[in-house]
Amino acid sequence: MSDATLPGDGSRELTKKILIAAVVVILMSLAAYASLFVAPTESKMGTIQRIFYLHAPSGMVALLSFFVCFVGNLAYVFTRKAKWDWLSVSAAEVGMAFCTVLILTGPIWAHPVWGIWWTWDARLTLTFVLWLLYTSYLLLRTLVEDPDRRALISAIYGIFAFLDVPLVYGSIRWWRTQHPQPVIMGGPGSGLEPTMRKVFWFWFLNLVILMIFFIRERYALEAMRDEVQSLEREAEAA
Amino acid sequence: MALLSNTAVLLGKELRTEFRSRELLTTTVVFILTIVVLFSFTFDPSVSESRRFGPGLLWLAFLFAASLMLQPCFLREQTNDTLSALRLSVGDPFAIFFAKLAANTLFLLFTQVLLLPVFSVLYNVPILAAFPQLVLVMFMGSLGLSVTGTALSAISAQARMRELLLPLLLLPLLTPVLIASTEATAALLVPNPLMRWDWLGFLLAFDVVFLTALWLFGEYLLEE
Amino acid sequence: MTPTSFSPTGIRFEKIDKRYGGLYALRRVSLEIVPGECVALAGRNGSGKTTLLRIAARLARPSAGAVSFLNGRGESGGTPAAGFVAHATMVYDELTAEENLLLFARLQGIAEPTARAEALLTEVGLLERRNSLVRTFSRGMRQRVAIARALLNEPAVILFDEPATGLDPQGVSWFAQTLKGLRDSCRTILMSVHGESEVSSLATRAIRLDAGSVVADTQTGANFRSILAFANA
Repeated sequence: MSDATLPGDGSRELTKKILIAAVVVILMSLAAYASLFVAPTESKMGTIQRIFYLHAPSGMVALLSFFVCFVGNLAYVFTRKAKWDWLSVSAAEVGMAFCTVLILTGPIWAHPVWGIWWTWDARLTLTFVLWLLYTSYLLLRTLVEDPDRRALISAIYGIFAFLDVPLVYGSIRWWRTQHPQPVIMGGPGSGLEPTMRKVFWFWFLNLVILMIFFIRERYALEAMRDEVQSLEREAEAA
Repeated sequence: MALLSNTAVLLGKELRTEFRSRELLTTTVVFILTIVVLFSFTFDPSVSESRRFGPGLLWLAFLFAASLMLQPCFLREQTNDTLSALRLSVGDPFAIFFAKLAANTLFLLFTQVLLLPVFSVLYNVPILAAFPQLVLVMFMGSLGLSVTGTALSAISAQARMRELLLPLLLLPLLTPVLIASTEATAALLVPNPLMRWDWLGFLLAFDVVFLTALWLFGEYLLEE
Repeated sequence: MTPTSFSPTGIRFEKIDKRYGGLYALRRVSLEIVPGECVALAGRNGSGKTTLLRIAARLARPSAGAVSFLNGRGESGGTPAAGFVAHATMVYDELTAEENLLLFARLQGIAEPTARAEALLTEVGLLERRNSLVRTFSRGMRQRVAIARALLNEPAVILFDEPATGLDPQGVSWFAQTLKGLRDSCRTILMSVHGESEVSSLATRAIRLDAGSVVADTQTGANFRSILAFANA
């Protein structure tokens, strides 16, 4: 019945978790080292450019997370199995976290180099709109009491939100072709030196692993919460 | 086809109800008017400034107005549980959505066309030369607002804090409509008006995507 | 009542569960209602009566189990639309009585909607007020419009959710009379009631629900009056 592992299931589960967490920590440390010491210093921007290795992959992983949420939403609408709802909310929250990282690292990078805090280019604007959309998604969930209703309603909103993503991106890019702005933060054509590229993809891989780890943990938490709530309700009714 | 005839009957009901009370239309018109006037205080409405900012502000006003006007859409079906009566009577539940979004599109278009001359006067922007084209752009934009707004109205009607929730859910989603409509409108308010069929095509794509999504998933929003 | 053009239909509930989150509104409810029966559904608030009625009306979907409609030979047939009269009026306040009936008649594809609406308004005694907005009606009059709406497509099955609530004694008498007519014309009736009354005494069978389960049924020997009386406790 339950897709959750209850605590006390054995120390094997716990050991497994600690092992995975350790691997993640090691990988992240390697990635941090790589971005700070292995990657060459960018000629024009200097040391601050290194934040790019966190900034750009975060955006990609945020989008990936929201895609997982979208899949969960579709699966819930057609199967009505609660586990898809748990997956959706987990992926949405993790996506929000990475989205926030992108929005925070952007200005940290942009200000020393270009003297501006923000620019409304297609990627950043899309990220901001995504941030708003999924904040609304999470907020909607807190405002519906019945768990089944909540899952269905938020799944449909989640589907609408993700369908909007290509439309938002497309409209902004098209708009920008008519109102061009100076390309900053590595436009589409900016090339990366081979070592830089390796560090970039290493970071991407790491963040994907981190994403999976966080989604799994959040999923387990949601499953447990669901279990507790239905036990509470049955106790109340008895 | 039953879907179309049901939609026509329901559309008739929506229009009759609204024209009897005129509550939605009057409040929406006044609201847009207020915003348009307030906006004009925020910059100097010389001709060049107006051309730069006017269309965006106008569509922003329409967006805000829509997010308020669309709230009662499904809420009013809750008062006497008429939604259940509709669900029992129609063959395809999509007819309920279809009729409402058609009605909402017409209401929005009506208020926009009404306010266009006011905007023109306050912001010194010529509209006569391209008036039919402007109406077409407004129709396409209103359709985008209505399709998403009607769907989200059904969603927010089932949550708490629904008055604040609908704008929150709707406005980020409408970013593409805001951009496309503003660009298309701006291109029509210059001395040599140009019809931006590319942006209209974009709006059409937006409408098709969300109409399809509503058609696929709408009935789940109505079930118990 | 108007000449009937329906065939008597029964209802079968098979192991119906209805869950809201972790809470069961209905728990493994199995019932068979034969064509022409008039069943009173009793039980405290929250016992699941409304849920069962809404599932029968096909407004709500059961979490498990199925509801089907049976013809005279006990075979499950199509899905005839059941008439449903809830506590809410399910009509539009901003439309007139006639406009409401025409709206629903047209949606259901009823032939000659104007004539049908007029006939029903006459039957429920509202023909004089046909052009008045429902907003101006009393509770009793609104219920009459609701009943007229439910009878538009001459349903074989009619479901009433606490029909006598909020009615004055005259309203209750009128409703009881109407119910008797419907019952005598071989319609299958399932109605939720609160205790003994002029209305519940018209039932041919009584069932009590408690916490989502059937706990008593006159069909299996329980006492009619005690089912209704106990429900008030």
